[in-house]
Amino acid sequence: MKLKNLLSAATMAAVAGSGAIAEDSSDPIVIPIHNWSSQIVMSNVVGLIFEEMGNNVEYVTTDSQAVYESVRLGDVALEMEVWEGAFGASYRAALEKGGLHDAGDHDAVTREDWWYPMWTKESCPGLPDWKALNDCAHLFATPETGDKGRYLDGPVDWLKHGKERAEALDLNFTVINAGSAAALWAEIGAAEADKKPVLVFNWTPNFAEAVWPGEFVEFPVWEDGCDKDPAKGPNKDALYDCGNPAKGYLKKAAWDGMKDKWPAAYCTLTNISFTNPQIAEMAKLVDTDELEPEDAAAEWLDNNRSVVEPWMSACS
Amino acid sequence: MATLSTDIPDTSSKTWSRGRILTVLLVTAFALILAKAVGILPDWLNRIPETMIPPTAQVLDAVFSFIQNDLGLIHVTRFIAEGPLEFLLDTSANLLEGKRRWPHLGPIPWSAIAAVAGVVGYAVGGWRLAALGAGTFIWTAAIGQWKIAMQTMSVIVVAAPLAFLLGLVLGIAAWKHRGFERMLKPILSVLQTLPFFTYLLPAVIFFKVGPTAGAVATITFAIPPMILMTTLGLKKVSPEVVEAGQMSGCTRWQMLRHVYVPAARTEILVGVNQVIMLCLAMVVLTAFIGMPGLGAKLLAMMGSFKLGRSFEIGVTIVLLAVTLDRMSKAWVVKQPVHFERGTPWWKRHQISLIGLGLFVGFILIAQIFPILAEVGRKQHLSQGKEIDVAIKSVLAIDAIKGTTEWLRWFLNVKVLIPFRNTLLAIPTPAFILMVVAFAYWVGGRKPGIYAAIFFTIVAFSGWWDRSVITLYTVISAVALATMIGIPLGVVAARSSRWSKNILLACDTAQTFPSFIYLIPAIMLFGVNDVAVVFSILIFAAVPLIRYTIIGLSSVPPEMTEAADMSGSTRRQKLFSVQFPLALPTMAVGFNQAIMFAFFMVIIAAFIGTQDLGQELQRTLAGTELGKNFVLGLNVSLMALTFDMAISSWAEQRKKRLGLD
Repeated sequence: MKLKNLLSAATMAAVAGSGAIAEDSSDPIVIPIHNWSSQIVMSNVVGLIFEEMGNNVEYVTTDSQAVYESVRLGDVALEMEVWEGAFGASYRAALEKGGLHDAGDHDAVTREDWWYPMWTKESCPGLPDWKALNDCAHLFATPETGDKGRYLDGPVDWLKHGKERAEALDLNFTVINAGSAAALWAEIGAAEADKKPVLVFNWTPNFAEAVWPGEFVEFPVWEDGCDKDPAKGPNKDALYDCGNPAKGYLKKAAWDGMKDKWPAAYCTLTNISFTNPQIAEMAKLVDTDELEPEDAAAEWLDNNRSVVEPWMSACS
Repeated sequence: MATLSTDIPDTSSKTWSRGRILTVLLVTAFALILAKAVGILPDWLNRIPETMIPPTAQVLDAVFSFIQNDLGLIHVTRFIAEGPLEFLLDTSANLLEGKRRWPHLGPIPWSAIAAVAGVVGYAVGGWRLAALGAGTFIWTAAIGQWKIAMQTMSVIVVAAPLAFLLGLVLGIAAWKHRGFERMLKPILSVLQTLPFFTYLLPAVIFFKVGPTAGAVATITFAIPPMILMTTLGLKKVSPEVVEAGQMSGCTRWQMLRHVYVPAARTEILVGVNQVIMLCLAMVVLTAFIGMPGLGAKLLAMMGSFKLGRSFEIGVTIVLLAVTLDRMSKAWVVKQPVHFERGTPWWKRHQISLIGLGLFVGFILIAQIFPILAEVGRKQHLSQGKEIDVAIKSVLAIDAIKGTTEWLRWFLNVKVLIPFRNTLLAIPTPAFILMVVAFAYWVGGRKPGIYAAIFFTIVAFSGWWDRSVITLYTVISAVALATMIGIPLGVVAARSSRWSKNILLACDTAQTFPSFIYLIPAIMLFGVNDVAVVFSILIFAAVPLIRYTIIGLSSVPPEMTEAADMSGSTRRQKLFSVQFPLALPTMAVGFNQAIMFAFFMVIIAAFIGTQDLGQELQRTLAGTELGKNFVLGLNVSLMALTFDMAISSWAEQRKKRLGLD
């Protein structure tokens, strides 16, 4: 049907056969993609890099928590975005079972915490200090919460401990769990029209920053062990009385077998490191400029050749 | 005519004992509630103590792990997944979307597929279906969704035929062997009520994340109606036809192939239609386990708050569903054409030849005009941003905001929260007794006994409170849906034009991916129970409206004429003649509404709930197969309790009315 495809398949087979390319296996490297833009674009960028190195690449859509089980089993080869806060638990669980390992951190840092869009500050000027929350609680009240303010936490399976924190810091807030990221955006989107104050869970890097400028609430600074040792943090009798770490890691994880099967690609993977602005740019190409992720990846790669070249050249 | 009376004589000999049983059940329940109210109820009668809850999930986990690892089932399933199944999926994926796999021919240009869809539409249903078929695929290409739509189709074209074949074989086996049927029936009932999250996790573990798991979950979901329809159709084959077959000396295989299956054609094809529709219903849900395509894109779009693009994907899914539905239904109605002996070969296969000609033609033309092969990124007509703005501005209209604010306050504070707290305050045994009383009152003895067994299992699962909250959401949504759906159905049934339009709206509402309702529901009502109930309501009202219309319009005209002649008002006619006769049909709708509500309440976990759905959603992340199964079974058992009670009521009623 398409002669071009046949030809390119034939050339590829010929090239692979002649052994011109390192010793990487010709099996496709399977890269998982999830349902948020920066991860999709980043995975596509890495896929394009691998393809330039002569590898075959395939993408598979997976759940962002279940993916670690797949990496462990070798169903997928790697994971580009392991967030300390969101996926740390699933990642560590898989790490313990064995089959995957840490392939290095990105430069980028992540932060996840209570957040409000900028318009909220107009009615509650004491923010971002958390001590202002109790005075403003009535602003965040909803019919179901009565006089108490409402804080919309992330889905339960993200294990954000919003309830525990509200209790530990004696906040006059009811914590409600949204069921999905989409539910969080819908709440912010609904509040946007008449600039109603809202307090929701949010994280960075994230597309929402570009759509709704906002700030994180500044809670007591995270101390190591705040989630295990009641003595840490201002409330000596409670856990979770600190904000989340403001500089969480963003890791890459790789299947143990990747190193032997695709050594060159694996070597490049360990070199890869994206920064916060780079990730934001990737997200912007899709979320604001409405490019398809594959095109966004190609465009980003074209604009950032100088960043990418050293990662590849170090491994050839 | 005597049997067609709308007053049902009670079989009075049983009334007394029936009334007494009901009284005993309810009095015991109220005694328990009263005891709790005055504070003399021991704790173990209020909720089953933690220590008495058997570790079902852990046991199941051990069993699964034994089957998976020690028996080595995972190697068998993985072999199937990575061998034949993956081969089929890769082949279809190569042809449709151009995945780099054998046979390295694809992707087929969209124009060629649209042309073939048009020809097939014409062959089964004339010009209108031809336009629908071609139009759907032209829309898909023009809106820039071709590749993702084909990723979806590449799984469906494998999953649907496999579900059909397996369903047919199992259906025939169930018809041949009564024992097998008896074994299969309860499994199918559970499968049909099991929440989809419970299919997803085993599918991933046994069949590898990605299209393979997606295909397996889709097949499991789509197979039950195919089995049931096959068995039903074969049972209905008339003895004359069978005798004719026997007289012409058919072997057993010939009997099956040339007598039974063709005679049961209509039912089998209805089963095919069901298979296709259920496959499409799974498009979005399977995206959670790595199925690429429209569903995955939809989730990504919703995750970045792109209402317009999500909406467009929803339209594509509806169009694909409506096209496949109409085409397969037209195929059911169309009887096979028989040609005179001696008709030339090309004339017999005229339409196939035209289709083939267009197919090859468009492939060749597409080599010259690339736009006919692939609509580029910058060329498509997506109006995502504009629709975004439109949806947001509608939702922000003051009148709408005011109404929803009031509704949110009223329903939450005055209705839903008090109702939920009441249900949660009822002691477990009292709750079970009340459910049993309901099932017994509605359906009779057998549903009553099953209700007792099922709810006791739920009570001992360790998820009682969450089960009650699930039930509370379902009851609230169905009650509201009844208040909206039945009047709407009654009004619509008055004119055939209205009925037609409303039924079309029902079809669309039902095939529109339920996920898309969630965001507007949240934007209107916020993350709380009102949004949850509202999103279920849209879904649950559909069968209520549909079966009210069908029920009312199938009342025999003699009866309504008789009412008119005796000078009854419209109201009298409705309440004394039409409703009593339509009730069994309406009950089917009510039953479906409850089943849909149980399905949707799990999806509503994505808004934010505290019920079984939330826990089920949580299990998706991990590998807690046992817990996942226990939760799923709770939903299924509760749904089955209602299903049995209401179906049994409708059947008895139909029998007594002399309908059917």
